[in-house]
Amino acid sequence: MKIVVCIKQVPDTKGGVKFNPDGTLDRGAMLTIMNPDDKAGLEAALRLKDELGAEVTVITMGLPKAEDVLREALAMGADNAILVTDRVLGGADTWATSTTLAGAIRNLDYDLIITGRQAIDGDTAQVGPQISEHLGIPVISYAQNIKVEGDSVIVERQYDDRYHVLKAKMPCLVTALAELNEPRYMTPGGIFDAFQKEITVWGRADLKDVEDSNLGLKGSPTQIAKASDKVRKGAGEKVTLGAAEAVDYIIDKLKVKHVI
Amino acid sequence: MNTAEYKGVFVFAQQVDNEISGIALELIGKGKDLAKDLGTEVTAVLVGSDVKGLADELAAYGADKVIVVDDPELKEYRTEPYAHALASVIEKYKPEIMLVGATAIGRDLGPRVSARVHTGLTADCTQLEIGDFPINPIPGKEQLHNQLLMTRPAFGGNTIATIACPNFRPQMATVRPGVMQKLPKVEGAKAVVEEFNPGFTPDNKYVEILEVVKSVVDTVDIMDAKILVSGGRGVGSAENFKLLDDLAEVLGATVSCSRAVVDAGWKSKDLQVGQTGKTVRPNVYFAVGISGAIQHLAGMEESDLIIAINKDETAPIFDVADYGIVGDLNKILPALTEKLKAELAAK
Repeated sequence: MKIVVCIKQVPDTKGGVKFNPDGTLDRGAMLTIMNPDDKAGLEAALRLKDELGAEVTVITMGLPKAEDVLREALAMGADNAILVTDRVLGGADTWATSTTLAGAIRNLDYDLIITGRQAIDGDTAQVGPQISEHLGIPVISYAQNIKVEGDSVIVERQYDDRYHVLKAKMPCLVTALAELNEPRYMTPGGIFDAFQKEITVWGRADLKDVEDSNLGLKGSPTQIAKASDKVRKGAGEKVTLGAAEAVDYIIDKLKVKHVI
Repeated sequence: MNTAEYKGVFVFAQQVDNEISGIALELIGKGKDLAKDLGTEVTAVLVGSDVKGLADELAAYGADKVIVVDDPELKEYRTEPYAHALASVIEKYKPEIMLVGATAIGRDLGPRVSARVHTGLTADCTQLEIGDFPINPIPGKEQLHNQLLMTRPAFGGNTIATIACPNFRPQMATVRPGVMQKLPKVEGAKAVVEEFNPGFTPDNKYVEILEVVKSVVDTVDIMDAKILVSGGRGVGSAENFKLLDDLAEVLGATVSCSRAVVDAGWKSKDLQVGQTGKTVRPNVYFAVGISGAIQHLAGMEESDLIIAINKDETAPIFDVADYGIVGDLNKILPALTEKLKAELAAK
């Protein structure tokens, strides 16, 4: 079985994040990581590899420095890594990004494509389903469990108040939730191997069946009209109190605000 | 693409088990505002099996027209037949705006449809308005009027961006539930109802539903609550949520939680507030033992009054709390519950 996993390098918005005094995000404090949903997707692929034997190829679109997440994926146990990078791909929205990744994936043999549900920087949850549409294959998003049986995948798909157990014939695309599993750590041997392995680098010319007009900023239907750091309303009062004083304090505030 | 051919504001009227979802009514409410600015109407697209009877409810909440796509293949939500239904409606009726709820269904359906009809999709919008693009004139660039300007949070709620889709139609957005207002119900209001069936032929993209497992939890929707008593990891255990339950009972409030609590298995996912949970804006939000990861703040910071109790004085929750108490929730909550009981009994 051949599995392709799409991963993204994102700024770490969890932990260690501090606000500036004006309520905006202190970006200098942020490191980059492999997007958590994508990492769960990779772990799911590696478990299928452990269980059934599979060749796992990770692919990312980004700046050359996105090589870091590919090395991490190799160290976790992925077999091949592909970096899709080209200046003409810059500024892509989800439509152009999914078009690009689909163009790259058309060069590969695959039974299963796994992406994360969404990336923690954009939170759109669009690229996975859009890749599947461009490739003309079924999608099952929000996977909380993935199994392979014969030529099909069986996936638990989460909804607001229920889950569905779905069966799709491969080739198929599945988007993974971070809660799907606990991703493994890189092993020392894996890290060593990861730096011995070649990373395949593809540019515009390597994308299959894709028109120039559908790539990068100019191929993006959506355009940013305005962007700003969110200004939070800011902290109110903060007091350190024992229980009795705290109770009086809260009740006083609830009365002032006419809650009680 | 001749964008001028596209007219009207369309909303996807999500139904589950033949019950209209709240988001559908919220989208109609917002759609009416947009339609008024554009001098056009709101059309609800109702997709399902045996759902025609729901059209009157959509009319009662303001839909001018309802397009019904009714087919046995559409009984439970599945990506492909629903995407085919909505994409076919777009191709036939050519709306200028297509709104979809940012629910677990809409966030799957929206991208598939936008890829199919080749247009942009802005995810998880919290504000929609009609305006110019570019917003301010730029020399040498045509300023387009009557564009849908879609505002959304990104970076876990730390930045906000306003997005336009100037050269493609429809302008598509998914909209976060609980943000837009539905209109007051007008009993007996009627809409023009039109049935449309593009034909459904199962192919490789149709997945098979083996089982539907519904949550058995008795769900009070935290998005409807006026007062929320919300607990985080600091509460310590599932059992200790009793302290929050007791306080909630006295105040007529509902208990909600942070993601850490769901991950620990103490509470179910439908009670989770935050980026990957629900967006809430109650009159009062008690944040108890919640550190306040930005993903959590994104889901609750619009609450009218935020009262935080946490023993860690550096917890980020204090950055958004109107009133922050550095103290021990295990001592404060029981005392607060008792005193409130007494106060309310005396009234």
